[in-house]
Amino acid sequence: MNTLIFRTIAPYLTSLMVLFSVFVLLRGHNEPGGGFIGGLIAASAFAIYGIAWGVSPVRRAIYFHPLGIAGFGLVLATFSGMLSIFFHAPFMTGLWGYVPIFEDEIPVSTVLFFDIGVYFVVVGAITSVALALEERSRD
Amino acid sequence: MASPDTSNTADLSVAMMTAPVELADWLVVAPVALCITFGAILMMLRKNTWLQAGASVVGLSLLVVACGALLAHVLLNGTVTMTMGRWLPPFGISFTVDILGASLTFVASVIALASGIFGANDVDMSGRRYGFYPFLFLMMAGVIGSFLTGDIFNLYVWFEVLLISSFGLLILGSEPRQIDGATKYAFLNLVATTLFLIATGYLYGIFGTLNMADIMRKAPEMGETAPLLTLTAMYFMAFGMKAAAFPVNFWLPASYHTPRIVVSAIFAGLLTKVGVYALLRVLIMLFPAEREVLGLVVAIVAVLTMVFGALGALAQTDYRRLLGYLVISGIGVMLAGIALASLTGLSGTIFYAVHSMIVMTALYLVCGLTARIAGGFSLAEPADIYRSHLPLAALTLMLLFAVSGLPPFSGFWPKAVLVKASLDVGEWWMAGAILLTGFLTTIAAGRVWILVYWRARQEAGDSDASPVRLKPMTDYLPVGILTALAVLLGVYPEPFLDMAQTAASQLIHPAAYIDSVFPAGGVE
Repeated sequence: MNTLIFRTIAPYLTSLMVLFSVFVLLRGHNEPGGGFIGGLIAASAFAIYGIAWGVSPVRRAIYFHPLGIAGFGLVLATFSGMLSIFFHAPFMTGLWGYVPIFEDEIPVSTVLFFDIGVYFVVVGAITSVALALEERSRD
Repeated sequence: MASPDTSNTADLSVAMMTAPVELADWLVVAPVALCITFGAILMMLRKNTWLQAGASVVGLSLLVVACGALLAHVLLNGTVTMTMGRWLPPFGISFTVDILGASLTFVASVIALASGIFGANDVDMSGRRYGFYPFLFLMMAGVIGSFLTGDIFNLYVWFEVLLISSFGLLILGSEPRQIDGATKYAFLNLVATTLFLIATGYLYGIFGTLNMADIMRKAPEMGETAPLLTLTAMYFMAFGMKAAAFPVNFWLPASYHTPRIVVSAIFAGLLTKVGVYALLRVLIMLFPAEREVLGLVVAIVAVLTMVFGALGALAQTDYRRLLGYLVISGIGVMLAGIALASLTGLSGTIFYAVHSMIVMTALYLVCGLTARIAGGFSLAEPADIYRSHLPLAALTLMLLFAVSGLPPFSGFWPKAVLVKASLDVGEWWMAGAILLTGFLTTIAAGRVWILVYWRARQEAGDSDASPVRLKPMTDYLPVGILTALAVLLGVYPEPFLDMAQTAASQLIHPAAYIDSVFPAGGVE
């Protein structure tokens, strides 16, 4: 798209949305949010950048092929479910640990890594579809 | 992240299982986890086409080992359950594996391995870059997940997984013909899944639970007050569409001849059988009383499916389309056992499902090899394969015998069992339909063999051209494995018939299934 305003705003908007998507992902466990919605926000950020500047800058910017990102997310989610094999618990059992950082204790769990995996699957899959559609509309 | 203390104050022991999980119980999720992991890793390495085939054959061999171990575990220790995330059923999602699920899973994994080996030669580099192998693994995750899950909504999720991956496999190559086939396939299957989803929502409204074992405990008390018959009819419609039962089978002949031959082979072996499996679970295990009422409808659908399938096969002039109709005809035979719902009838259905998975996949594979030699799928062109490729002609003849139900191959026993089961309850017309179907299929199969394999080429000039050579490892080996299984099932059926009978009795008397999910009665 060739409007000057959109082209100027798009990079800032995209970075803001990606940042916000990470925030939504991390607050997800006990409050509204999570990997799925976070992934959708990030994917729409890439889609906006693609509409403003074309598909190839987006592909260069995310470096990996979107489907590769989705595959990575799937592996991460599966392995975070399989960790419970070492604790004699069933598949996908949430395991919690508390990491002390400065004065606070930060809870870290397999659930979080599962959610990060979902985030990558959604980002990868939706970005892949969006970029393919944007490419088609150009020729 | 909220502060951790809020989540730790609640007493979790009433909501969660505290008993440690045996390592052997991990076999329940191992096949699905393996498929997803391999599928995801191969998706990341999509560009490394040289690596795809080798890594996939390793992965599929591991899958066969895992599924074999699971089958052995279930045969030795009875039905096993693993409920995800330690939440007590019916709140946690259970994977419950009985002999039916375990044996179908094992056969499916063998078929996937054979197709994976065959694909090493059949799928070219662009097909690999488009993701044939990742899609194959993800589809296997969907198929195996459907066979193992004990939760009806989870069943829906696995149906979606296999459906989406099968779309990907169907349009591999992006030819216009494939897009046409895929559109029909996608539309009709989406209608069926939507119906499945609506029925499941309705079921949740009635029972307040989605766990199959829990539904079975509650169904007898609800029979008088809840509209269970409507629910069962909706499920029958949805799964009948998936299984390609008459009259909602027209998506299958419209789409199965369009993709690559190895993809058709996997589809013919697995997808319709998942529909039959789901029918077995819902009609026989969950709602037996309602199936009683629907019995005549199921029987009529079964007879029409098998006879029209066989007649359709007779009318075809294209090898692949003909095989599509044979798949449909087999579905009709399986439905006959579901209509009878006796122990003998159901064991016939289960045995026939295993036979049909193996033989239909193998037939599509030999059809692909034949087309490579003959240069096309038309039955009108004589290919003279009997003289140029005797082993291929011999393997095909055995498989065609098996699909027609002639001894000593795998198709004979389940059909004999089903005929006996129909005569036991006095349904002579059902027995007659099965025998008529066998007769028509024999004619159709014989027609293929005579026209394509036996008939000599008219013009002699072409015979000097260098003949197509088939590779022993990637072309003959997968077909050989599957044909050997078909012969084994036909020559030595005793243990497999016993297994099918035990699986059928577990479906009719699901006490062990319920016990496995709710040991010691469970929570009310």
